[in-house]
Amino acid sequence: MNKKVLSVLSCTAIAASMVAGVSAEGDLITVGYAQVGHESDWRTANTQNYENVFSEENGYELSLIDCDNDNAKQLEAVRNFITQELDYIVIAPIQSAGWDTVLQEAQDAGIPVIIADREIEADASMYDAWVGTAPYDEGVTAGNWLAEQLNGAEAKILQIEGSVGASAAIGRTDGFAEVMAEHPEWEMLDSQSGDFTQDGGQAVMESFIKSYEGQFNVVVCQNDNEAYGAMDAMDAAGITYGVDGDVILISYDATHDGLQYTLDGKFNLDVECNPIQAETVKGVIEKMEAGEEFEATTLITDEAFCAPGIESEYATTMTEEILAGRAY
Amino acid sequence: MSSLKKITQKRLFLPIFSMILVMLINVIYDMACGNAPLTFFTVTIKNGVLYGRLIDIFNRGTEAAILAIGMTLVVSSSAGTDISVGSVMSLYGGMCCMLLAGYGNTNVSNYAVPLIIGIGAGLLTACVCGLFNGFLVAYMNIQPMVATLILWSAGRAIGLLLCNSQIVYVRVPSFQKIGGYVGFIPTPILIAAACILVASLVLKFTALGTYIQSVGINKKASRIAGFNSAKIILLCYVICGLCAGLAGMVATSRIYSADTNNIGLNMELDAILAVALGGNSLGGGKFNLAGSLIGAYTIQAIDTTLLALGVSTAQSPVFKAIVVILIVVIQSEPAKDFFKKLGKKKEMAKGAAQA
Repeated sequence: MNKKVLSVLSCTAIAASMVAGVSAEGDLITVGYAQVGHESDWRTANTQNYENVFSEENGYELSLIDCDNDNAKQLEAVRNFITQELDYIVIAPIQSAGWDTVLQEAQDAGIPVIIADREIEADASMYDAWVGTAPYDEGVTAGNWLAEQLNGAEAKILQIEGSVGASAAIGRTDGFAEVMAEHPEWEMLDSQSGDFTQDGGQAVMESFIKSYEGQFNVVVCQNDNEAYGAMDAMDAAGITYGVDGDVILISYDATHDGLQYTLDGKFNLDVECNPIQAETVKGVIEKMEAGEEFEATTLITDEAFCAPGIESEYATTMTEEILAGRAY
Repeated sequence: MSSLKKITQKRLFLPIFSMILVMLINVIYDMACGNAPLTFFTVTIKNGVLYGRLIDIFNRGTEAAILAIGMTLVVSSSAGTDISVGSVMSLYGGMCCMLLAGYGNTNVSNYAVPLIIGIGAGLLTACVCGLFNGFLVAYMNIQPMVATLILWSAGRAIGLLLCNSQIVYVRVPSFQKIGGYVGFIPTPILIAAACILVASLVLKFTALGTYIQSVGINKKASRIAGFNSAKIILLCYVICGLCAGLAGMVATSRIYSADTNNIGLNMELDAILAVALGGNSLGGGKFNLAGSLIGAYTIQAIDTTLLALGVSTAQSPVFKAIVVILIVVIQSEPAKDFFKKLGKKKEMAKGAAQA
């Protein structure tokens, strides 16, 4: 009986090693990407981008794990990458803190780690490279644009923040606050989290409208999905927004739908957070592979887009051509 | 005095009392801010639709209330909880939107199949999930939490597969109406009212409620008395699945998209909490549907209150926890005994004074 079990086990082991051998034969570079989830259109555009760039035709084998916005699941995914002995690990951290142990494990296993998209609270020696956007700068862009448009006029601002603790939310809040500090005529009436979701944005906006009825003239949503929810809430209450409305609506992300709303004049401004990052990550990996020197941090440039009829030195005025030419 | 006592001894007194207490916080806050004290309760018609915080509570509390109906029956019959309801809500969204948009499309403004087929298939999927859970619990004797854990993790993932890992938008007015307004009333309120009406009529005019309670109190004895205990438990799980589907229908139409990552996230906990806040024992047996519903709306009242007070989102879970602890403690047996003793002491003091 025992022998039988043993033989079955060894057969499985042989089969497994053969499978592993076959995949190694193709000489593909294996890359593991621990993706945050698919909480927004921005995120799905980012996922798509990785799948296209790290394709087999390009010489890569990508294991992409969708971590469903679950921090524990993401740590588990990275540990799996380490046990599978992949060549490179790319992490888009859900939470910025708590990575030390896992990063140490990767380092011990000798697998290079690239942090993508979001920031991480760990010593720079714990990972090899960082590629991403700067949410702080995006917040500053939004603030500068608003200052330019208002030109000294009063602003009563309501802000719908992203998920508590996410670096994108923290950066955008801080960047915007930085500009706000220079403008005593601006007042932040309230700022609550909408969890980067449409439902969250709608619920928070419904409450804001009741608390600050007729008092606000600027609404800042920290991603496009929250802005859709805020739009629905304002529609229901009969509040007008956008280019022809009473309320200036600012959003971040600049996904395809978000830019369509900008083109339609419903968003006044949409600050881009570029999800097309895989090319840059691939560039870093190629340099690592060739043993060349690589950039420890690479900042991907963000643009901002404002509705037709608005001219700004901080943002590009939206046109049909720009929307048609977008990759996502 | 004696009439007051009668009221306080009613089974629903404490749940209702807790709900009023939560809302009173707003009255105090409004007075402190110099607003009219009843601002929170004012309901007006604005832009042609009902408008007010109270409306928000009933509107946004719809999902929890519908889930609470199914959860109450499951808890009563099987002395366990169905933790898959949140995932089943999300699965409804995935199924319904995938059919309405056509597989692979992410943004449509026309239906690929008639609306009724999308909703029907979604609700059917939810019922099948309930059937699966019920089969494991009733016929395989697996503990409810373990049995429903399967769909808790798999339900969301299946929804994700159906939508090809994308958020699928169905931008059609008739689809949005389910989460929007009919006339001047928010549709979710009407859907919740219909569900509550059907559930209470069935429980009042059929013996189902009695069957469920008797199975929950003693499964073996009920079987010997001639009830098919397993079938009744199975039925409860199917009803719970259907309720999850209906809650998913509201949540999906509200955002006219299948955001499978977020629809119904952690809703199973709200549903279980609603049952507990309603004064029901999670150990099964006797149940009180009205209590669970009040519990569901109390949870929403807490959420709405925290937003109204402007408590920062990072801190609000702590406040919510404190309120929940208070409500649960007030309703616990030792606390009840304490209040009873306190009442008796007062009466005795009174009696002594009169003598």
